[in-house]
Amino acid sequence: MLNKVVNEKQPARSAVAGKSVVMLEEHIVEVVSDSGEGAQKCGQSFGSIAARTGNGIWTVEIIPAEIQPPARSMAGASGNRVRLASQAVSNVGDEADLVVAFNEQVLLGRLWANELKPGCIILLESKWATDQDREIATSYARAYAKLVDEGYRVYEVPMEAECLKLVADARRGKNMFVLGLLCNMYSFDLQMGREQVAFVFANKDASVIDANVRLLEAGYAWAEANLDLKFRIPASKAREPQIVVNGNIALGLGVLASGMEICAMYPITPATSASHYLSDVFEQVGGLVHQAEDEIAACSFAIGASYAGKCAVTITSGPGYSLKQEAIGLAVMAEIPLVVVNVQRGGPCTGQPTKAEQGDLLSACFGSHGDAPKVVMAAATIEDCFYSMITARRIAELFNMVVIVLTDANLATAQQPFLRPRFDEAWLAPPTDQGAVPEGVKPYDWDARTGLARRFIPGQPSGMHCLTGLAHDRNSHVAYDPQSNEDGIRHRSLKLAALQKTLKTPSVYGDEEGELLVVGWGSTKGAIEEAVDRVRADRKKVSSLHMRFLQPMPSGVKQVLQGFDKVMTVENSWSDSLDDEIIDEDNRRFSNLAWLLRARYLIDIDCWSEVMGQPTKPGTIARIIREKLQ
Amino acid sequence: MAAPVSVCLLRLEDEHYALGDYQRGISRWCTGCGDNAILTAVQRLCRDDQLAPEKTVFVSGIGCSSRFPHYMNVYGFHGVHGRALPVAEGIKMTRPDLNVFVSTGDGDCCSIGTAHWIHAIRYNMDMTVVLHDNQVYGLTKMQVSPTSPHGLKTKTTPRGAYLQPLNPLTVTLGISNVSFVAQTVDWIPELLHETISLAFRHKGFSFVRVLQRCPEYLPGAFDPWVKDPGRTLLLVHKDGIEPSAGLSKTYRNQEEHDPLNLDRAREIASITDPIPVGVLYWKRDVPRYEDIRDTTRLYTADTIKAALEKEFDKFTIGPAD
Repeated sequence: MLNKVVNEKQPARSAVAGKSVVMLEEHIVEVVSDSGEGAQKCGQSFGSIAARTGNGIWTVEIIPAEIQPPARSMAGASGNRVRLASQAVSNVGDEADLVVAFNEQVLLGRLWANELKPGCIILLESKWATDQDREIATSYARAYAKLVDEGYRVYEVPMEAECLKLVADARRGKNMFVLGLLCNMYSFDLQMGREQVAFVFANKDASVIDANVRLLEAGYAWAEANLDLKFRIPASKAREPQIVVNGNIALGLGVLASGMEICAMYPITPATSASHYLSDVFEQVGGLVHQAEDEIAACSFAIGASYAGKCAVTITSGPGYSLKQEAIGLAVMAEIPLVVVNVQRGGPCTGQPTKAEQGDLLSACFGSHGDAPKVVMAAATIEDCFYSMITARRIAELFNMVVIVLTDANLATAQQPFLRPRFDEAWLAPPTDQGAVPEGVKPYDWDARTGLARRFIPGQPSGMHCLTGLAHDRNSHVAYDPQSNEDGIRHRSLKLAALQKTLKTPSVYGDEEGELLVVGWGSTKGAIEEAVDRVRADRKKVSSLHMRFLQPMPSGVKQVLQGFDKVMTVENSWSDSLDDEIIDEDNRRFSNLAWLLRARYLIDIDCWSEVMGQPTKPGTIARIIREKLQ
Repeated sequence: MAAPVSVCLLRLEDEHYALGDYQRGISRWCTGCGDNAILTAVQRLCRDDQLAPEKTVFVSGIGCSSRFPHYMNVYGFHGVHGRALPVAEGIKMTRPDLNVFVSTGDGDCCSIGTAHWIHAIRYNMDMTVVLHDNQVYGLTKMQVSPTSPHGLKTKTTPRGAYLQPLNPLTVTLGISNVSFVAQTVDWIPELLHETISLAFRHKGFSFVRVLQRCPEYLPGAFDPWVKDPGRTLLLVHKDGIEPSAGLSKTYRNQEEHDPLNLDRAREIASITDPIPVGVLYWKRDVPRYEDIRDTTRLYTADTIKAALEKEFDKFTIGPAD
């Protein structure tokens, strides 16, 4: 729907004679620059154009930890990775096939992080070669020689010099020049590029759009005239409309669609962009983003809002999640519906704010002191981020429970097209009940079988009672007697079982029996399934299972696990390695899901995990699976 | 955040609430505890103003004073330590039709919940907040509180409190958007009732500090003031407390104080002996957060669908391209 009006212009001159087009199944492209040079915008735009062309895509941001890291530093690489393919892709893939770098240092940063395929194509800004600072010129020359020596196909591109022909400040225009280069190299329609530029700068003056379109065209023409690289990845247009958003925007859309009206939050990376998006659009549906004075207040505000009538959501990341624990316990104890989203990042403590990890599963399940049963779900895809909000709101209100939804930094910033949702009124909450509470009904009239009780909402005549975080009886009276305490805990616990009875067994990816089952949760789904595909192609008997409900776990999982000789989890949370000298079966710590599965199913489940802060590659998982099968 | 439809419905028969309609159970506070006096004053206010019990919510944190909602036959929310204010804000934002009260103590408000207190003043949401300030931790059995007098011996300060006390009045009056600040004492029931009633009538964040006696841990602490009415400074004004003849007869140490005079209010707030009582500050037109953030349109499934489709359009690719 990018129908912004752009002056129709003649495409750059036609292809150079003799340039052959290389057909590809897929390619992984990275654009990296110093922070603030626009490589992220370039990469995202390239991904959008590829998606609109009909390619499968997965894009992920490359984010430095600091807002303005020093220029030309290895740790400062900022940009975007785009995996584009002829078919749908479910993850970020392995190493990059082609990298566009705005300086050699950020490129070396990616090399050092093992993100480049050996011998891959590199397009490098060449202006540093003649930099007046001799140290810079020397550093560039040394890096160039090293890369060529190691077999990389390095193309020097005078990005800045070319841009300066059109604009005064090339630092702010290079990214669209590079977008033009990429559009040409991957045989994309230049007009689509122009529309994308208009979309990106929709809030700016026409002159800004115009200048950037000219930069795009210049990049396109330069590649046509100077590069012998021309690829085409066959595309097939989707039959149904798709939407392309990252996981955090999908969360925001999900909140809109769920009928929730209040999101109380406190700024924290990488969760905040979900609230940014909501702040922009939530009021259209009568919603409100409340930036509270701290994480505890955000959670308490959401609890107050839920108590007063409509389930609210609070969105946070690791440290904020830790701070909310006491308040979450209050919602559990008083049976107030609440949705808490934890966009996981590296931990503990401040950890790695911009990097992905799956280390919060156990604290999601068992956090808050005492027995505090809550529902824990994990989104596995961008699409899940959307629907999980609707599901979470419904469960929270049906069961008067806290529902924790886990995503992570990988989903938060990644984009993957998914089917445009069709609105359903059933997504929304019913109106706030203000009818009188029937005679004799108690505030906690727990059903003996399910633990469920009617929810009382202020304003309901005859429902007056004092809710309390203290142990209480059915009348909500503070009760310290042994039986009342047991009663309350039993009924709050039973609700998880009642929900569990409604859950479907997750389906196995691959055969239902075999040598090895890989179990995962969260954002690793795509990578695990791709790895399974690769190993199955060698006729190995491996399958995978992905868990969306972590607490409670659906029925039938044990039977699935029993269908395989070996079971292992693949996760991004720490697990000890038996290769370490003092680690043995008596002291080994397992990754999060492995602990849960071992405890519940009494099966000797192994695990493999890494906490590198970046999405685990399908190639890595395939190697682990092969090792396990030996 | 449209209020429920039933708000608009007329009641077909008159209801009259008596004092007893607001009472629940028998308080478990110690004999002579100032909380009892506040409870009586508040129940009188509810009766006088005929607050519908189902439309009234008392929110509290943890501490002796936070037991308050248990003794009110309205909706009560007895939450966790220090967090009553953000809970109350969430309630008010969702349901502007409810009367929201907060009962908090000197530990709850001025120690563990300080961040919320400061920001609650700034939000200026319509709620009546009563700070039960007995200058000591009672529920946990006598530890020093932020408002304890310097030198007070408690179980955590056996050689006397190390620091000068925090003054809740000067702090409150120092925050932007402050709109109503009053002080009263538990031993003058008429004044207590009058002050809390004025606070309730203010449409905004009304902050009432009640100096109250703790017979268990600080017996006699306020005796010099209780026994000598001259050590009470009664603030009087036509826009504040207009004392009865009886009150004026006993409390002759009076000052005519215009509640709009913020500078003088801050000076008065700093006075600890005599104890100033009455309305220190009252500004009626300070914007309320719930109004600033209000979205008054009525939202239906259709409006949500329309907004959602508009958002989807922004991000859609596919056959339409």
